[in-house]
Amino acid sequence: MTLNTFKSAILSVLFLATSFSGFANENSDPQEDKEFNAKDMIMHHVKDAHEFHIITLNEGKEDQKDISIPLPIILWTDNGLVTFMSSEFHHDDTGHTIVEKDGMKFVKSHEKIYQLNADAHAVEFDSEHHPTNAVAPLDFSITRNVFMMWVSIVVLLLIFIGAARRYKKSEDNVPTGIAGFIEPLVVFVRDEIAKPMIGEKKYRRYMPYLLTVFFFIWINNIFGLIPILNGANLSGNIAFTMTLALFTFIITTFSGNKNYWKHIFWMPGVPVPMKIFLMPIELIGIFTKPISLMIRLFANITAGHIIILALMSLIFIFKTVAVAPVSVAFSLFIGIIEIVVTAIQAYIFTVLSALYFGMATEEEHH
Amino acid sequence: MTITGIAAIGAGLAAIGAGVGIGKIGGSAMEAMARQPEMHGKIQSSALILAAFVEAVALFGVVAALIV
Amino acid sequence: MDLITPGFGLVFWTAITFLCLLFILRKFAWKPILGAVEDREEGIKKALASAENARKEMENLHADNERILNEARAEREALLKEAREIKSKMIADAKDEAQAQASKIIEQAQAAIESEKKAAMTELKNHVATLSLDIAEKVVREELSNKDKQIQLVESMLGEAILN
Repeated sequence: MTLNTFKSAILSVLFLATSFSGFANENSDPQEDKEFNAKDMIMHHVKDAHEFHIITLNEGKEDQKDISIPLPIILWTDNGLVTFMSSEFHHDDTGHTIVEKDGMKFVKSHEKIYQLNADAHAVEFDSEHHPTNAVAPLDFSITRNVFMMWVSIVVLLLIFIGAARRYKKSEDNVPTGIAGFIEPLVVFVRDEIAKPMIGEKKYRRYMPYLLTVFFFIWINNIFGLIPILNGANLSGNIAFTMTLALFTFIITTFSGNKNYWKHIFWMPGVPVPMKIFLMPIELIGIFTKPISLMIRLFANITAGHIIILALMSLIFIFKTVAVAPVSVAFSLFIGIIEIVVTAIQAYIFTVLSALYFGMATEEEHH
Repeated sequence: MTITGIAAIGAGLAAIGAGVGIGKIGGSAMEAMARQPEMHGKIQSSALILAAFVEAVALFGVVAALIV
Repeated sequence: MDLITPGFGLVFWTAITFLCLLFILRKFAWKPILGAVEDREEGIKKALASAENARKEMENLHADNERILNEARAEREALLKEAREIKSKMIADAKDEAQAQASKIIEQAQAAIESEKKAAMTELKNHVATLSLDIAEKVVREELSNKDKQIQLVESMLGEAILN
């Protein structure tokens, strides 16, 4: 019962907010001279942010009001750790509002936090976009993406530990409830990804990683598509994909057997000049594999977001409602494709990781 | 023409190449599936993997366009 | 450019979060789920194997049954044959015995008849002899009462007797 009310509350908030949120800040008044900038809007949505922006009321007017969820900012400066809430910047993203903590002055400009020099009042940049009067401290802030990542792992834990509990309850291991939904997916990862790519004998060791990475990417891809989350574009963030690709790279490298390294440094079955020629190529290949994993996921998800937002921006670029049906129809179409892409990209990342593990652990067979 | 414009053209060219490649993969996969419907699952998954490899090329183009 | 520069903070948090997720899920989700799935698959495999075994056993049993049935059938056949043989032998024996008995009876009968016949003959002979003696006596008496006739007889007898 409580679960149901909780569910309906979440859903109502979601739908209500959807209608306002996504395009709130570009809903500029045509009377104002402020030109709508599609690129800025899109970049704002695709990139990470230090606060959860919901809506801007009365934009451009005297009583402009931003409604957003503040998130903690954690900075590692020369003088140690500094923490404060992002609300202290008062939604300023231009680098003019100064927050003073522990005798240090911080400003936020284009979602980057800078520590101003003692005499400066606003961050200034040179032509290369490097700050001239400030330094950027290491930013460990709980940003929008980190926050969404934690929401996603809470959801994942609820789903999967709940599913695992279902098995314990039933004596004969019959999947019921959520387990009935989860089990085919888990079996899919095992039978269609791990077993054919790694092999019947060794796949067991990699199952936890493959399953975790598959569901982690998938759920974050899906979360990225939900408008209220305001483009918390976690799986379309290169830091996220880089971390996961790095894990795949580390596991591949550490599980590489003699045969794998032999194929890289001294390719068997080809003449010696060819061996020498192949060595650098194979060596580069070790690194291009995870890099392509990183780029693929990042670019696919980001491109999807950009396309949907760009189609929606057409309404504001042409400044007419007449384009709206076309925009909405196209972005709906792309949105449906994106739903498929969420699963496909999670699958591709997992399958390629499994393929690399399979290559690393393959036994000599000639 | 600005450097961004040139980069965009480059990304577009990469996309053309990848489009042709994925088109060929998709076409051949369809043909193979029609010829051997019992291999449907295997063909589909390997076609997806191959498409991902080809697509990566286009995505490198996109990233290159983003860098400049 | 900004878009493809990984932020250090996010890398840090992602790594930590992912590792935590990996370890928690491995312990509390993947192990029980995969274990349950494998257990079930193992159970199904076992059930199939036992069904196969049962099927084989049934087949064996069936074959056994068939064999026993065949044996029984053969035995019955043999028994019947034997019975038939015995029957025919008994019949034959009975026949032979009857034959023998019959011939014996006939022989005895014949022998009896023969002896009876002989006895009868003897009796007859004796009878005839006495009769003829009587007749002869009478005849002789008759004959000898007359002298002429006696001479005549003697003469005829002498005439008859060939002296050689």
